[in-house]
Amino acid sequence: MSAPSTPPGAFDCRNAFAETLEALAADDPRIVTVVNDSVGSSKLGGFKKKFPERTINVGIAEQNLVGVGAGLANGGQIPFVSAASCFLTARAMEQIKADVSYSNVNVKLIGQSAGIAYGELGPTHHSIEDVAWLRLLPNLAIVVPSDPWETAEAVKAAAAHDGPIFVRVSRFPVPAIPRPDGASFKLGKAETLREGSDAAIIANGVMLHRALDAASQLAEDGINVRVVNMASIAPLDEEAIRSAAETGAVVTVEEGSVRGGLGGAVAEVMSTSRPAHLRVLGFPGFVPTGTVDFLFEHFGLTADGIAAAVRDVTAAGS
Amino acid sequence: MSRPDSSIDLIREKARLIRRAALTMDFNAQLGHPGGDMSVSDILAALYFGVLRYDPANPTAPDRDRFVMSKGHCTGAFYAALAEAGFIPSSELETYMGPLSRLNGHPNRNHVPGVETNTGPLGHGLPVAVGITVAGQISGADYRVFVVTGDGELQEGSNWEAAMFAGHRQARNLTVIVDRNRLQQGAGTEETNRLDPLDDKWRAFGWDVAEVDGHDHATLLQVLGEPTAGRDKPLCVIANTIKGRGVSFMEGEVSWHHGVLNQQHYDTAMAELAA
Repeated sequence: MSAPSTPPGAFDCRNAFAETLEALAADDPRIVTVVNDSVGSSKLGGFKKKFPERTINVGIAEQNLVGVGAGLANGGQIPFVSAASCFLTARAMEQIKADVSYSNVNVKLIGQSAGIAYGELGPTHHSIEDVAWLRLLPNLAIVVPSDPWETAEAVKAAAAHDGPIFVRVSRFPVPAIPRPDGASFKLGKAETLREGSDAAIIANGVMLHRALDAASQLAEDGINVRVVNMASIAPLDEEAIRSAAETGAVVTVEEGSVRGGLGGAVAEVMSTSRPAHLRVLGFPGFVPTGTVDFLFEHFGLTADGIAAAVRDVTAAGS
Repeated sequence: MSRPDSSIDLIREKARLIRRAALTMDFNAQLGHPGGDMSVSDILAALYFGVLRYDPANPTAPDRDRFVMSKGHCTGAFYAALAEAGFIPSSELETYMGPLSRLNGHPNRNHVPGVETNTGPLGHGLPVAVGITVAGQISGADYRVFVVTGDGELQEGSNWEAAMFAGHRQARNLTVIVDRNRLQQGAGTEETNRLDPLDDKWRAFGWDVAEVDGHDHATLLQVLGEPTAGRDKPLCVIANTIKGRGVSFMEGEVSWHHGVLNQQHYDTAMAELAA
């Protein structure tokens, strides 16, 4: 497996997920994990050691994985169903639809190593469709956290939330996002990390720090860009999107397909209530072979690429 | 919560009422799955009036026995059983599949008390039932979990993922009842995608197997009601049934999987189920 090494100052968010869940589980005996031979890839070795009876490993069987999760919720447990997002969402989509979303049960779906984290392993192992697919399902909250702090907050929010939720956990190392003291995560609430009125970047997940870097670059040229963290895809903070659209130019950035995900959500809101110029950055389809870094570069998902898109869309609006 | 007082006469009468109500619903709606409704009616009657512990006034009581209707298309019989058991008013059965009725063609737990999970796509009930059973293993609860699957439904691979895991977990409080009517929507199960030897399949996955006449109330009561304390495996009851059972022109006829009743069909069927 081509797991990227974690450079100094960067973090694999799976660790924040696992540590937070262990701490929550110590206080709440209803918290259990459900895995598809994914203890290691979910970083749940510590959880399993502490709570062996509460680690349900169904083996390599994702339909059963999600169905068992729904059943555990019926029996009063709080199941965290943790598996590589590509298999969890694609293989078990009907279980997520019928057993979790339509049945509206208290299941926490943890999509691990989402996006293109598996790099060279190719499109079968990439999960760039997950957000678009899941966004269609009523009742299901969706969170794409950006760094270890937000991952931990999302896991706490998931445990506290009475209903189904999907948390997309990144594997690709990211720096901690600088946040003001007292910052808090709230499901359904966007976070404005930088003010600006010339344009707005709406990003989430591992793209957020790149969006902030792009905004810093642009500021040097006198372009003041707002940066909005849209970690919560559902519920969606539509007011934050309308407010961003008032700048006249919006760029969305996500580690996912350019169709139907964060960009799609923003486009729906803007086109129906506050039209403005919009550029959607992400992957146009199945991606070619390469390391994660190479692929981000290749598709312009870098600070430079994002800054170029902002210049482009701002020029279109002037 | 105690098990209901079992009486073969009561179960027989409830099965007859379930059949009449289901056919009336299917006839009124000009929709439904009458063949499967008829094959499963005796199983449902035995469960609700001889085996399951439940309180319709408190349908989510943590210690209730769970019943999962995996063959979710047979809501004619399922809703009729829920009405007989007191979960929903019998008068509401008239609304079956009508505009805005909560009695959808497939059951929805958020609207219909007594429904544990939303089924309809096949192969969903057993994995959820396994999860409910494992939850009981973890918490130490002693409730039992029953799931009814169709036989054609066993062609769905998700059932075998769940069967394998239930065997692995030695989920003794889980019982699956296969409504073995040997017909699926388009043809016989054996000519479509052979299931036999079905008992060997379940045994190979780590289950105890009992093969019974799925219309014999006394046998159903005895097999399903047996305490689980001494077991170390989940139990599969292969209930041999006749699709359309109780209605002469439907019995064994594949076309009645979701055939639509006309007035003459309905009158004949109700006369046959008069007593």
